[in-house]
Amino acid sequence: MKRILEILQDSSQTTPEQISVMLGIPVNEVTRAIKQAEQEKIILKYKTIINWAKAGRKEVLALIEVKVTPQRNVGFDSIADRIYQFPQVYSAYLVSGTYDLALLVKGENMQEIASFVSEKLAPMEQVQSTVTHFLLKQYKEDGEILRPTKNISRLPITP
Amino acid sequence: MESVTARTHNNFISQKVNAISPSGIRRFFDLLSSIEGVISLGVGEPDFVTPWHIREAAIHSLEKGYTMYTSNYGLLELRQELALYLERQYGVSYHPEQELIITTGVSEGLDIALRAIIDPGDEVIVPDPCYVAYIPDIVMAGGIPIEIPTYQKSNFAISAHDIESKINERTKAILIGYPSNPTGTTLSREELSAIAELARKYNLLVISDEIYSRLTYGSNHTYFASLPGVKDQTISLNGFSKSYAMTGWRIGYVAANRDIIEAMLKVHQYTMLCAPIMAQLAAIEALKSGEGEIEHMRQEYDKRRRVITKGLNNIGLTCPTPQGAFYAFPGIEITGMSSEEFAEKLLIEEKVAVIPGSVFGKHGEGFLRCCYATSLSNIEEAITRMDKFVRRYRKS
Repeated sequence: MKRILEILQDSSQTTPEQISVMLGIPVNEVTRAIKQAEQEKIILKYKTIINWAKAGRKEVLALIEVKVTPQRNVGFDSIADRIYQFPQVYSAYLVSGTYDLALLVKGENMQEIASFVSEKLAPMEQVQSTVTHFLLKQYKEDGEILRPTKNISRLPITP
Repeated sequence: MESVTARTHNNFISQKVNAISPSGIRRFFDLLSSIEGVISLGVGEPDFVTPWHIREAAIHSLEKGYTMYTSNYGLLELRQELALYLERQYGVSYHPEQELIITTGVSEGLDIALRAIIDPGDEVIVPDPCYVAYIPDIVMAGGIPIEIPTYQKSNFAISAHDIESKINERTKAILIGYPSNPTGTTLSREELSAIAELARKYNLLVISDEIYSRLTYGSNHTYFASLPGVKDQTISLNGFSKSYAMTGWRIGYVAANRDIIEAMLKVHQYTMLCAPIMAQLAAIEALKSGEGEIEHMRQEYDKRRRVITKGLNNIGLTCPTPQGAFYAFPGIEITGMSSEEFAEKLLIEEKVAVIPGSVFGKHGEGFLRCCYATSLSNIEEAITRMDKFVRRYRKS
């Protein structure tokens, strides 16, 4: 199962037939394992990594540090839940250190993110403070380096 | 003075070197560079770049000014790490100060081993087909290569019985390299033990090229020197090129008993002096924390191995599933062509580069070396193109 997942994580378009050859196991076993992983929500979604800057879409990302007051019985989960439900929140993490929640927020422009912070996030009762870092340049996304790299080629024939 | 005849340019070259035919791979290289859009299954190296932490260690060493010679043996820290590694990985123990030399790859290791042990006329037994350098290196060291034919039906494994039939009073050593370049063959512990038995019985040296030792699929590799009672008669050659994707660094090592090491060191110190220090420092980093990458790369090759073997067999180029290295060695009998003709036509007509098996010895004729250290999409495209080619030339 783990090896099937690794192949799909690297390239979700790989077909069960291809995986079957790559791993030397029958196709129906691969299909069954994938279906099971989908049902158990081990596979959440099949996505594509897109270099939006290159595709011409303007998009602004911000990393927002949020300090919150945890609540009795539910800790940070309840406030986190209220925050991550906003579609603007792209990723959300509970972190150790000087603040509690780290959010990646996406918007069409800085204004959009600024108003999300000032109108939605900051006014929440449990939110003590926020610090917004706008992301200036993206180098790597989900393990993929986005900057064009020069292809260093091997000699085509070597002993 | 009249008796001195004018030398033609060719007379400058020694007979020994003149007698060596240029590598068949070179000729292909020239042909290939004139064609565009070629998919190459003709390489003999990983398609991975050296893992970043290893490259970073070398950069750091340059920044710190590590640019000088090292001991002829190589950095002691590297030899100590190697001794630990060989013990841990293969259960064979070498004294870091007396039984190891760091070389510029297995290529140098093989050369100094042969030059240290061969007297003119000594015979060295090798499998046929074998790696391109084995025979020329034996000849250049003044020895006589004795080739033992191996066949696809027995998976290109060299048999102890065939070796024994060639042993005589001039036999000095047996040179083997498993997993094999070009065939991808591995030898089981039993098969290796039978060779070890011969080495003990006839008091022969065994030079074991272990460069692909980390690239086996399915079975664990047996280090020849780890077999009972043969360590002192074995020269182990190994390096970082294939397992850590470090071909261009030129870094490897030899392990043998103290007397042989002393002899090899003489050749090494007067020719190479020492391996480059930055490559040695990178190798230390590789040994200390490169295990994860070795396994990652091995798993990638494993997938490609299955894809290429299935693809080749589907289009009628039969090959058993290779158990080691990153080569498939399919037969081309159905086309009736020689391997050189096949490879040349395939390159010109379908733009796929493979290496004709004949380059690796007489018994490599009728086969092709196809390297699968390339992306899956390249492998799939190459198979598609080869399929078209085979359909065109298949004898009905």
